[in-house]
Amino acid sequence: MINNQMNHVWKQFAQSLRLMVGVPEYSVYVEHMRSVHPEQTIMSQEEFFRERMEARYGGKGRLNRCC
Amino acid sequence: MNQLSKWVGWSLFSLLGAAAFGVIALNRGESISAIWIVIAAVCVYLIAFRFYSQFIARRVLKLDATRMTPAYKHNDGLDHVPTNKYVLFGHHFAAIAGAGPLVGPILAAQMGYLPSMLWLLAGVVFAGAVQDFIVLFISMRRNARSLGDLIKSELGHVPGMIALFGTFFIMLILLAVLALIVVKALAESPWGTFTVAATIPIAMFMGIYSRYFRPCAIAEISLIGFTLLILSIVAGQYVQEDPAWAAVFSATGEQLTWVLIGYGFIASVLPVWLLLAPRDYLSTFLKIGTIVGLAIGVIILSPELKMPALTQFIDGSGPVWSGDLFPFLFVTVACGAVSGFHSLIASGTTPKMIQNETDARFIGYGAMLMESFVAIMALVAAAALEPGIYFAMNSPAAIIGTTVESAVQTISQWGFHITPEMITQTTQNVGEHSIISRTGGAPTLAVGMAQILSGVIGDTAMMAFWYHFAILFEALFILTAVDAGTRAGRFMLQDLLGSFIPAMKQTDSLMASLIATGICVSGWGYFLYQGVIDPLGGINTLWPLFGIANQMLAGIALILCTCVLFRMKLDRFAWITVIPAVWVCICTLTAAWQKIFHDNPRIGFLAHAEKYQEAVTQDIVLAPAKSIGQMQQVIFNDYINVTLTALFIVVLISILMFGIRTILQARVIHHPTTREMPFELLPVYASIEK
Repeated sequence: MINNQMNHVWKQFAQSLRLMVGVPEYSVYVEHMRSVHPEQTIMSQEEFFRERMEARYGGKGRLNRCC
Repeated sequence: MNQLSKWVGWSLFSLLGAAAFGVIALNRGESISAIWIVIAAVCVYLIAFRFYSQFIARRVLKLDATRMTPAYKHNDGLDHVPTNKYVLFGHHFAAIAGAGPLVGPILAAQMGYLPSMLWLLAGVVFAGAVQDFIVLFISMRRNARSLGDLIKSELGHVPGMIALFGTFFIMLILLAVLALIVVKALAESPWGTFTVAATIPIAMFMGIYSRYFRPCAIAEISLIGFTLLILSIVAGQYVQEDPAWAAVFSATGEQLTWVLIGYGFIASVLPVWLLLAPRDYLSTFLKIGTIVGLAIGVIILSPELKMPALTQFIDGSGPVWSGDLFPFLFVTVACGAVSGFHSLIASGTTPKMIQNETDARFIGYGAMLMESFVAIMALVAAAALEPGIYFAMNSPAAIIGTTVESAVQTISQWGFHITPEMITQTTQNVGEHSIISRTGGAPTLAVGMAQILSGVIGDTAMMAFWYHFAILFEALFILTAVDAGTRAGRFMLQDLLGSFIPAMKQTDSLMASLIATGICVSGWGYFLYQGVIDPLGGINTLWPLFGIANQMLAGIALILCTCVLFRMKLDRFAWITVIPAVWVCICTLTAAWQKIFHDNPRIGFLAHAEKYQEAVTQDIVLAPAKSIGQMQQVIFNDYINVTLTALFIVVLISILMFGIRTILQARVIHHPTTREMPFELLPVYASIEK
């Protein structure tokens, strides 16, 4: 029980760290694509990672960090 | 029963907070322990979060747990992802926390710790956190649109364009002042310069490793990078001790300026995976880790505050920056109390990921309280230094001279205890050649942090390591911000110019992007260079300009919030944003006015220009100028600063006018006129996922 909880907290912590650098959960993305857009091709983890990196730093003039 | 125990609990909390304030207030004249400041701050935060933010969330904004959020509506697994509130809190906090809250309170400490502390607490509770929370709420209810878009749709197209235009200039000033902090920290310091320079090959190595060998392994490459960083700090000591290598990495401020300008240009056109992304990993994780470490250090060690609660410099005669407590303390503290930039973040990626509306309170209001706490820790680190050392480090050479003797003499005259041995000892401890006039806040924070961290891990022998670790930590995320900011600025500029010259709008055109990058880099490079050669240290001019710019943006954001409240027909609650908006506008406009028209040349740009003009007519050359031609340049710079400050005033006043017009229009209509997305029910599975 406690072990489970610790695991959960650790997972969330790691997830938060990844999100800090702009990479959301890959499994959530896959899950979403499978259930909502089964007809579309799903990006591999590597493609997903690159797509997110370009989106975060590629600009579009939006700031994603502060002074 | 439960109700009663809660009531008792909160009453005890209030009493504890009041007691801590009592200790701070009654112990005037004697030094107190930092723990009282920490306790007072934490009690204020908890009480404000529990009561004030709940009041705003439930009574005013009426956050609705059943209402659709952009994350669910546009869920794509990429930008729009419903995210757990604790996970998102980390993301949001990492995005808002930067150099601002660390540097502001350090500079403000010249007036003593009390004024900054009071404003950090009052400002965050009633202005900063309110702004972040409500902007997040407004954006969340409008498909997570950006601040510029929100102003366009709620106030009108013209004010939206004005705000965008203003934001671009704020960015230039921000990048210039951040770069200036790095230059000031690294000038004539081979150890620091080496470690910071080493981050470039380290990040590139990480980038290539990640691209070709281990894609997606963020944790692994970050750990490798971190290990290499630590090694580079250790190696830096050998570089410093070896005369040949030391000469290679020893650069003057002007040289570093050119290096940084070149770096900014190249880094912002390189592919992101090579340099920006990997360095962002390092700087983000290092930032979070160091902030946690510093908090633990401050609590365990609980250093004694040696800085007086108030110094004689509240009259505006201080050496670090010039100007009276009102309004300059408020624009100097800036980010830790209220930061306009957060309104860009709160209308950026965060609203796209909020799982449930009710989370906005914890994320918007809560993360800002945390940022204020970071500022409080920076204040503690600065106030824990011997005031003599603090002033030796932060006073410009034009005031205290360049030698230990002259610094000791001047600072002793101010009434602070300082001996030449104290300065040499500290210099030796941190492993530098000189600590005199290391303005900009970063070195002061580094010495303060080194004292705290070496008190927890290691002893004085470790101080040099921790000092350079702290310098690296700040330089790293400042460089990331410079590089990312130049990129963002380039896109902004292409967008703005594209309205007039269509060819500039093509972001994939190499020519257009090189031109826009060039304009951006020369924009901030210009202010940076001007700051570096300024005998008053540059910070004296640039930090207040930065503070004014930042607070102006906060004013704009708070005006937007006020307009939205009126359009929602929440007139009777409008005071929650009207009061901070009015205060921020008064501070900003007064400070900007004084920066232009004050008759003290250390404060007013026009008075400064006049002083130089007079010297020119008498054929006298004043430092930093070495010739009459350079004198003309100084005068020209003053007029540029006047123009920029005047521009900020015009932007704020025009947004204020448009805001008042919007409010008057909303007042006569008897139903809500906001442009929110129509109500939709959150899908049932959403509440299960929660």
